[in-house]
Formats: sequence, structure tokens, C-alpha cells
Amino acid sequence: MKAYRAIVSARFRMMLQYRAAAAAGLGTQLFWGFIRIMIFTAFYRFAKAPQPMTLEQVVSYVWLGQAMFAMLPWSVEPDLRVMIRSGNVAYELLRPVDLYWLWFSRSVARRSAPTLLRAVPMFIIAGLFFGLRAPQSVGVAAAWLAAMAGAFVLSCAISTILSISLLWTVSGEGVMVLMSGAAWLLSGMIIPLPLFPDWAQGILAFLPFRGVADAPYRVYMGNIPLNEVWVVLAHQLAWIAAFVVVGRALVGRGLRRLAVQGG
Amino acid sequence: MTQIVVQDLVKTFRVAERRSGFLGALRGLVKRRHRVIRALDGVSFTVERGELLGYIGPNGAGKSTTVKILGGILVPDSGKCEVLGRVPWKERIETVRRIGVVFGQRTQLWWDLPVIESFELLRDIYGVGAREYSSAVEELVTLLDLTPILDTPVRQLSLGQRMRCDLAASLLHAPRILYLDEPTIGLDAVSKLAVRDFILRLNRERGVTVILTTHDMDDIEALTNRVIVINEGKILSDGTLAALRATVTKERWLTIDLVEEGAEVSDEDATVMSRDGGRVVLSFDPDRVAPAALIGRLAARFPVRDLFVENPPIEEIIARIYGRACK
Repeated sequence: MKAYRAIVSARFRMMLQYRAAAAAGLGTQLFWGFIRIMIFTAFYRFAKAPQPMTLEQVVSYVWLGQAMFAMLPWSVEPDLRVMIRSGNVAYELLRPVDLYWLWFSRSVARRSAPTLLRAVPMFIIAGLFFGLRAPQSVGVAAAWLAAMAGAFVLSCAISTILSISLLWTVSGEGVMVLMSGAAWLLSGMIIPLPLFPDWAQGILAFLPFRGVADAPYRVYMGNIPLNEVWVVLAHQLAWIAAFVVVGRALVGRGLRRLAVQGG
Repeated sequence: MTQIVVQDLVKTFRVAERRSGFLGALRGLVKRRHRVIRALDGVSFTVERGELLGYIGPNGAGKSTTVKILGGILVPDSGKCEVLGRVPWKERIETVRRIGVVFGQRTQLWWDLPVIESFELLRDIYGVGAREYSSAVEELVTLLDLTPILDTPVRQLSLGQRMRCDLAASLLHAPRILYLDEPTIGLDAVSKLAVRDFILRLNRERGVTVILTTHDMDDIEALTNRVIVINEGKILSDGTLAALRATVTKERWLTIDLVEEGAEVSDEDATVMSRDGGRVVLSFDPDRVAPAALIGRLAARFPVRDLFVENPPIEEIIARIYGRACK
């Protein structure tokens, strides 16, 4: 356990060094946040039928998404891509640690540090000036934190599977394009999931992506009542378990067919 | 005590072949052609505790594949292999706990972190106790002269400094076996000597078994007493370096840079191997003519700017062994 903690902490410290990237990211996310909010404002002004979310809720939903952007499972670990291309992955395999949890730890570090660097200022800016509401009660805030923790672990489990896919695809380009599209659309980062047509709701509720963004955001704004939060957590936990089990099986198979490049 | 047993190891890789040209690429879409490469083709050897073994062969001979199998990274197609009584790919974690590896062309240090933080990270990964760690670091830092660079981020180190740090990093957990894959590649003369000196002391004083792959014949000469030569996945010879040389050739090479280009250099005890402008390479048998006598004679007849004597490069030796194996 100590080994994995040390890896997370070292990589976390490393990621904290990229402050310029975080500042630039913050600017970009603010900009996109404005554009998305303008679109939704226009949409709500001309909407005739009552919508499942108020515009106010949508605004908070958008800002939460912008703040937690760096946490989403849309990328393959860039360091691992380089390692597998160059053959440096050999050193990863020479460590007396379980490869699945090693890569999972990498993913934890890769998601935690940038999210922290971006989310805190984003909450302050969007909360003070741009209509991000605070949670209605301490209970809601606590439920949101729990759901956020679940979202974080789920996101790491998904991205670890993406990393493992590198053992087959080497470049990871295709997986990344497919995955980022799916993760963006199906997690509610483009359009909040409650605004999708009714026929899609069943599928969206089943798929794992809801758990990394939409569900915790709706807990935050009270759109999912406190007595239903356990459904969100159970959904996240079930998917986490599934991804971990599949991921570990894939690592075992991937290693058997591995041909370390070079040398 | 036997530490490593390798028996009839076979490892093949399937490589997809691309046909050339546009039509070839189109045909490749429909039907892939595969070529099977036998990286290891029935390799067997054993290594005793405390040996310093040179494992040599040209590029693509199967050296690194062997090391990767011994380190549990690759799974062979068939054959037996035991490292410290364990099958590496079946008990990967327990095996790698007791071995250290340095790939000369790659670093195991974290690129953006200061060296000492990489060391601390490895300490936690291998679960080295606080007391063992501090005494290991202290010893390695002194032996490899790392004090001035411990706080430098790895990306700012020179190749020689990086290699010394990589050596230290591979030894923090006090491994019983150390695999060194081209540890002196690209190093300047001073760094090479420092690395060699360190490897020797490690082997003699701590009894660490070392398996060394290299293209540098001087590494082999300075360090090892047993050499295994491998080519195209097969072991061609296994024995002392002197025996290897003696069976192949005693010849040495003399390279001369002449002041005047185009002078017709020749000597009855040497054969001219190549002429390129003012540079002439001669081969001679040191039993027939002493190097000093040959140099004296040539220098008396031709104005010489510079010269040096060397052993035929490893590729030459291998090429000859291999050529003989074919006959």
C-alpha cells in the first residue's frame, strides 16, 4: 500500500509543478463555460415547454463541469503512451508491484493534482461572479462530496482501462478519440443529461459515464434528492467494481502477449 | 550456488510485414502477412553466485530478450528458466524484488524529480527499511560520487551522471543479481572507467552476481571472466574471454593517420585492411611481430601524425565465430 501511496504522492507533486498549464486551463474553461451558458440561455428563452431543470440549475451544472473538467476519463495517460512506444515500460514491469494498481495510481495522480489546481479558483470565481450556487445544506454538500469521491475513483478506473488498452494498440490514438467523444456526450459535459430525450434516459442511467459528472452535479444542486443519493453511489460502486475486475483480467492477458519494443 | 538456470529457452515474435508501394498497402488491408522471428532458439546456461558474466552478440541477437525473460517481463514460448529458485514470469513480483536492472539506453529515474526523490520513491516501492535505505544511499553516493547532483532534476543531468544515478537506483534494494544492459553506451572515457570500476567493486566486495550485455569489448575485457556469445537466438560460445579470442583470432588492428595522403604503406608482417585518405588500417598478429617493433618500423618509413592499436571490434569476433559456425 505504501508503494502506491508513494507513487501517487510523487506524481502529485510533479503535476503541481505545472502551474502555467493550470492557469491556462482555467482561462479556457471559463471561456467555454460562458459559451455554453450563452447557448443554454438562448435555448431557455425560446423554449415553450417546461424543462426538467431550471436555467439556474443548468448554470451551476455547467460551472461544476468546467471546474471538474480535468477529472474526466477522456485521456490515456500520456506518460504511459510514451513509455510503451519507447519500451521504457520494461522498468514499470521490473517493480515489485501489481501493474494494475501501479497504473491506477498513476491515473489517480494525473487526475487529482490538475483538478485541485483548477477547481478551487473556478469555484471561487464562478461562485462570486457567474451564478454558481452553493449547496442548499451541509447534508447536500456532504452527499455531493461522497458522490464526487465516487466519481473520481470511477473516472480513474475507466482511464486505467484505457491505459491498459495500450498493450494492444500501442498508440492509443483511436481509443482516445472514441472515448473522449463518448465520455463528453454521455457524462453530460455537452448537454446536461436531464435535457436528453426521454427514450435516452434509461440508457444514460445505466451507462457508467453519468457517474463521473452528471450524477454528482445533480446531487450538488438538489436535483437528485438526498434520499436517492445512495442510488448514485451504488451505481458508481458497481461500475468501479466491474472496471477493476475487467481491468485486472486485461492486464494479465496483455502482459502475456507483450513484446517490449526496442533493445 | 547456482542462481540462474536457463534451459532450452525459445521465444518467438510475430511481426506483421508490410508490402511496399500503394498496391502492397491495399493488399495488406485484405490479408496480413506475418513473419515469425525466433528471438531465442533453444538457449541454455547456468550462472553461479558471484559470477561476472558478459553476454554479448550483435544487435537483435537475443540479448535483451533473455534479460527481459529473466526479469519476468516477457513470457517465453517454451523452455525452463529459474532465477533464485523462482520462475520469473510466474512469480514476477517476488523475483524482481531480488534483482536490479539497468538498461543503458533508458532511465528508471523520474524525469522531472530531483535524483534523491527518485531514490526515495524506489525505497517505498521496494519497501526498503529506513536504516537499510540510509546506509545503502550513503555507500552508493560515496562510491559513485553523487553528492553534488542529488538535488538536481534528472532531465538536467549529463549522460554520465545519469548513468551513475541509474546504477545507484538499481541497487537501493540490495539485489542479489544485477542485469546491466549496455551500461556504458554513449559514455565518455572518464565515466566509462568510473562505471566499470564500480561494477567490479560491487561484484568483488558485495558478491553481487552481474550479467552484462554490451557492444564494448573493453567492458568485457575489463570486467568479465566468462563470456557467452549469442547470435540469432543461439549460443555460439560460452567460456573465458582469452579462450574465446584464442579460438577466433589473435589479430590486432593498427590505425595510422599519415601526414601525406596516399603514401603506399606496407609491411611484411601486417596486412592492409583499408585506406581512406590519410588513414590506413593494418591488421597484425602480435605473436609474429611485437606492436612496438611494427610501429617503430612504420614510423621510420612514413611521417605519422597519429596512431593507435586496438582489438578487432566485437562485431568482427562475432562475425568470425558465426562465419565458422556456418561452415
